[in-house]
Amino acid sequence: MNKSFVITDPVGLHARPATLLVNEAGKFASEAKIVVEGKEANLKSIMGVMSLAISNGVEFEVVTEGDDAAEALNAIAEVITTNNIGEAK
Amino acid sequence: MRKELKGIAASKGIAVAKVYKLQEVDLTIEVPSEVVVTEEISKLETAMSATLSQLDEIKAIALNKLGEEEAQVFDAHKLILEDPELIGQVKAKIENENKDAATAIMEVTDFFVMMFEGMDDEVFKGRASDIKDVRKRFVANVLGRKIPALSTINEEVVIVAEDLTPSETSQLNKEVTLGFVTNIGGRTSHSAIMARSLEIPAVVGTGNVVEMANDGDIILIDGLDGNVILNPTSDEIASYQEKAAQFEEEKKLWQEFKDKPTVSKDGYHTELVANIGTPNDLEGVINNGAEGVGLYRTEFLYMDSTELPSEEVQFEAYKKVLETMAGKPVVVRTLDIGGDKELSYLKFPEEMNPFLGYRAIRLCLDRDDIFRVQLRALLRASVFGNLKIMFPMIATLQEFRDAKKILFEEKENLIAEGFQVSDDIEIGIMVEIPSTAMMADTFAKEVDFFSIGTNDLIQYTMACDRMSEKISYLYQPYNPAILRMVRNVVNAANAEGKWAGMCGEMASDPIAIPLLLGMGLHEFSMSATAVLPSRLQIASLSKSEIEQAIDEVLNLSTADEVEQFVKERLM
Repeated sequence: MNKSFVITDPVGLHARPATLLVNEAGKFASEAKIVVEGKEANLKSIMGVMSLAISNGVEFEVVTEGDDAAEALNAIAEVITTNNIGEAK
Repeated sequence: MRKELKGIAASKGIAVAKVYKLQEVDLTIEVPSEVVVTEEISKLETAMSATLSQLDEIKAIALNKLGEEEAQVFDAHKLILEDPELIGQVKAKIENENKDAATAIMEVTDFFVMMFEGMDDEVFKGRASDIKDVRKRFVANVLGRKIPALSTINEEVVIVAEDLTPSETSQLNKEVTLGFVTNIGGRTSHSAIMARSLEIPAVVGTGNVVEMANDGDIILIDGLDGNVILNPTSDEIASYQEKAAQFEEEKKLWQEFKDKPTVSKDGYHTELVANIGTPNDLEGVINNGAEGVGLYRTEFLYMDSTELPSEEVQFEAYKKVLETMAGKPVVVRTLDIGGDKELSYLKFPEEMNPFLGYRAIRLCLDRDDIFRVQLRALLRASVFGNLKIMFPMIATLQEFRDAKKILFEEKENLIAEGFQVSDDIEIGIMVEIPSTAMMADTFAKEVDFFSIGTNDLIQYTMACDRMSEKISYLYQPYNPAILRMVRNVVNAANAEGKWAGMCGEMASDPIAIPLLLGMGLHEFSMSATAVLPSRLQIASLSKSEIEQAIDEVLNLSTADEVEQFVKERLM
């Protein structure tokens, strides 16, 4: 399962929003990763997510894989939009 | 062992309690001659759970003291600690490379720190400091060493430190921190200013208290006269308790002046207002009967955060201060960072003289993206009280015009977005650079008010680094050069029907107060605890009599002559 977004948080995907995403991804058994400009990181790893240094306006993709992949993707998408981290493409 | 030390009295009051030494934890790793993998893994896991529970504890305190936003930082710290990539690599190093746990953590985190430090984006660069913070705690736990945590102290102590940084001071819990004493600093260093705003006794600049004191010693500090006694005798404790009781009596006398206006013997009214660093200081402002806030140092909002504070966070803080002051004037100084005040998440250039460098309004005009966020928050808060905005470190009229232009642009933007903004916001400047003091008559035509920042004005006029103890003799508030500048600024304001205040330490100095009153200074801004004694002093002075003597004082040759004159004739 996958879904694309674009960052709208003016300071990019920094510690606070990254924390929210990693916390959410951690609630599911499925693997979750974030893909941006050909690089990818484990969405359950804060260091991984932050090491991508995604800034405002950048497009990224969330990919989930596993038994609860659909629920995980929906929940992560919800966190992204309700916290004004980014919007769906 | 009993020992006496002498320092600078930085904040009034007397405290006796156990020593709590605030020292950087020693993270030297002693690598075991033979690494037993299972032992290292179990050390790692024990340290991990210890670190997690410490972070929970700190988070709970932060949540309670500072609020949701600040506390979330510790969630990020926990995630870093539990990060599957990080811990996986650490375990791999122990198992495959036979490293001890502490070394493995250092090596793995080093890689991440370097990666974040190498990024172009300043916000992400700042994350390197989060990782370093977490690993310090983690490694200390592996090594079984204690990390000093000011916010978790749970018995009455006096803190003993080389110096206290602003962020350390903001973590102090007044309930258990009875006072502090440092090796370095002077009356105007930040730790001293914070002690006065927290209303806890402090002695600074003792030179060697850290070396002399041991954890568990009893220490007595006298913030009235700058005395420090390690392991005092019971007689000494008794005699200081008497001194403390006298001080309390004096404070009661001050209380009678709490809700009275500040009026001189001959009926001249001035305003006594308070300096604050955070909304937490407002309690002291109210309790000490200040007539407003003369200096709100907004840099603490930035220094107590791990990223640039958002418009929303700032708006809430400004709104709270304005609402609490209920219509009394609140002068907010825009971001004054740089010099000795840095932010972990913002890169500052390396400069030979940071105090003469990229700081305050200079930085804000260069980085107007940061500046605009603060101005928007202030403008939105303006409808909740009597807001005055003040720009720091103005050296030229052009800087003031540029800053004002940005302010008005944001005002228009906000109105277009449907926000309400007050139309009665006064806009003024700090006078802390000699060029501005000299040109005060020109500035007075365009600004609404002046606030003389004497701490920096003295430092710049005398070319005297106020943190350097070797040249502290040059830090001369009573030097006629300084007094003439102050008079120049006050006269310039009067000529244009504007007002001039002072927000440096000099405004509450009993020797300076008669002179400032005589020159016609309109507003005195000081630590809240200085308001009542200053009001008492002003009530005993006659402005018109001092006015007659001002010319004579300004024609004296030296600071010593001025001091002597005031003591003999004006007190």
